[in-house]
Amino acid sequence: MSPREIFALRDYLDPTLKDRNLSDAGHSVSLTDIADRTCLKGRLAELSGRSVLLAVTGQYLAALSMIDIDGIARRMLLCPPDLNADHLAAIIADAEIDAVVTDQPDRFAASGVALVVTAREDLQPATRAQTERATEWLMLTSGTLGLPKIVGHTLEGLTGAIAADGPARGVRPVWATFYDIRRYGGLQIFLRAIVGGGSMVLSEPGEPIADHIARLKDKAVTHMSGTPSHWRKLLMSGAACAFSPRYVRLSGEIADQAVLDGLRQAFPSASIGHAYASTEAGVGFAVNDGLEGFPAALIGANRDGVEMKVVDGCLRIRSRRAAHAYVGRQAAVLTDEEGFVDTGDMVELRGDRYHFVGRRGGIINIGGLKVHPEEIEAVINRHGEVRMSRVRARRSPITGAIVVADVVLADGCDLSRSEEIRHKIIADCKANLAPHKVPAMIKFVEKLDVTAAGKLARSDA
Amino acid sequence: MSVRLRIISAIQQIATEQHVVLPPLEDNLSLHETGFDSLAFAILVARLEDDLGIDPFTISADASFPLTIGDFIRAYENVPA
Repeated sequence: MSPREIFALRDYLDPTLKDRNLSDAGHSVSLTDIADRTCLKGRLAELSGRSVLLAVTGQYLAALSMIDIDGIARRMLLCPPDLNADHLAAIIADAEIDAVVTDQPDRFAASGVALVVTAREDLQPATRAQTERATEWLMLTSGTLGLPKIVGHTLEGLTGAIAADGPARGVRPVWATFYDIRRYGGLQIFLRAIVGGGSMVLSEPGEPIADHIARLKDKAVTHMSGTPSHWRKLLMSGAACAFSPRYVRLSGEIADQAVLDGLRQAFPSASIGHAYASTEAGVGFAVNDGLEGFPAALIGANRDGVEMKVVDGCLRIRSRRAAHAYVGRQAAVLTDEEGFVDTGDMVELRGDRYHFVGRRGGIINIGGLKVHPEEIEAVINRHGEVRMSRVRARRSPITGAIVVADVVLADGCDLSRSEEIRHKIIADCKANLAPHKVPAMIKFVEKLDVTAAGKLARSDA
Repeated sequence: MSVRLRIISAIQQIATEQHVVLPPLEDNLSLHETGFDSLAFAILVARLEDDLGIDPFTISADASFPLTIGDFIRAYENVPA
């Protein structure tokens, strides 16, 4: 039996495919001839068989480094830009890191890691490296508290959904994402661009949204992804009219009907899909019918190697695209005894569709009753005057806690109408939610914070 | 507007929202007789905290819970600014 052929990222850089690019706000490189160059100044061979921590500042250099390292190192751990420095030593120990690729070598001089290789954005010519092995891809979970978990994937698993979707028809896609590509949601898009023969336009932290959109337009971006919070921010900015993608993708948070309808209005000719994925479970499915939630028929069936079940209201996924393990000295078990990953995402069957109602860990307690903030936000967000909202518990000395909603109004919405809008929202919540879920207070705010991972910040979640 | 008037006005607004018919709000009216339930009180305390910047029932651990409208208003008036 012949060994199974192993593909690494470099093997998808077909020299016959022209006009492919990788760019950010300050750099651009052709993906056609990048396989004959290196950002590691001839030091790639030193990384052979090593466990490499990829800790570079920007996404552009991260992308170049991933292409270099994949298929050469034993492991590659993608450090997100907002990694808490206090966690670095534990992560290095847990992932058995024995090499660092970085653009800040001084930062790792005292890390105890013997091999530190400097990556540089100015590429040098190099002999095209040969893929040696299937590198294990390690990613960090984006939880806000405590030590992030290290999640182990293979390139084959990470790209499973891309293969299942098949090649993009017609013109090769130019992908972009609001995410950082060192997060699962962003990495999916980067891999789609590389594996699917397309181009990739990276986001730039701190870049004003109008400049970002101008860049997307300039690079003729056709496919764009982000969280519902990212997309709401774009809709609020007034910059959406300058941009006309063919495919708009949402993931990472619940896509409620309001944001789907808002995007439909802003991009009438685009196909709009919301995908369910997590760092642990991988890409579960994508829904393209413009409606929130997903068809109940997806539960129980095995489609493209993905099976889902609902246990105690919580979605579980068994999939070849899921991570294979948590990595580390005290790593938890990733799956149940049947191989399903417990996603922690709660769903509710309404008619023939399941709707996401919130995170199991994000439940707030109101007078002893459980409340998912997301369920209330979905009701509030469907008001035309509302752009986004966040529901939280406000502790009270008398009842324990009450439901409070912070609401950002849509553009051009007059604050003098706030009383009228408040009454409308409350009336709608009373008509559609159990009494303990109706917000006791609604505060109108200028903006709501979004985390580095692109999700609505929930301070009390 | 004085603290007293702001409290009375907040009570009246919440009563309207919660469909509570208030008796005349005199100082010796017991809170129980206002018709407010615990949720209505929770809303009142939260709104007053936003409006006045204080929540006298969490500032002091030994604050006794007011029994009448007069007690309730005094709890706010007695908090040093």
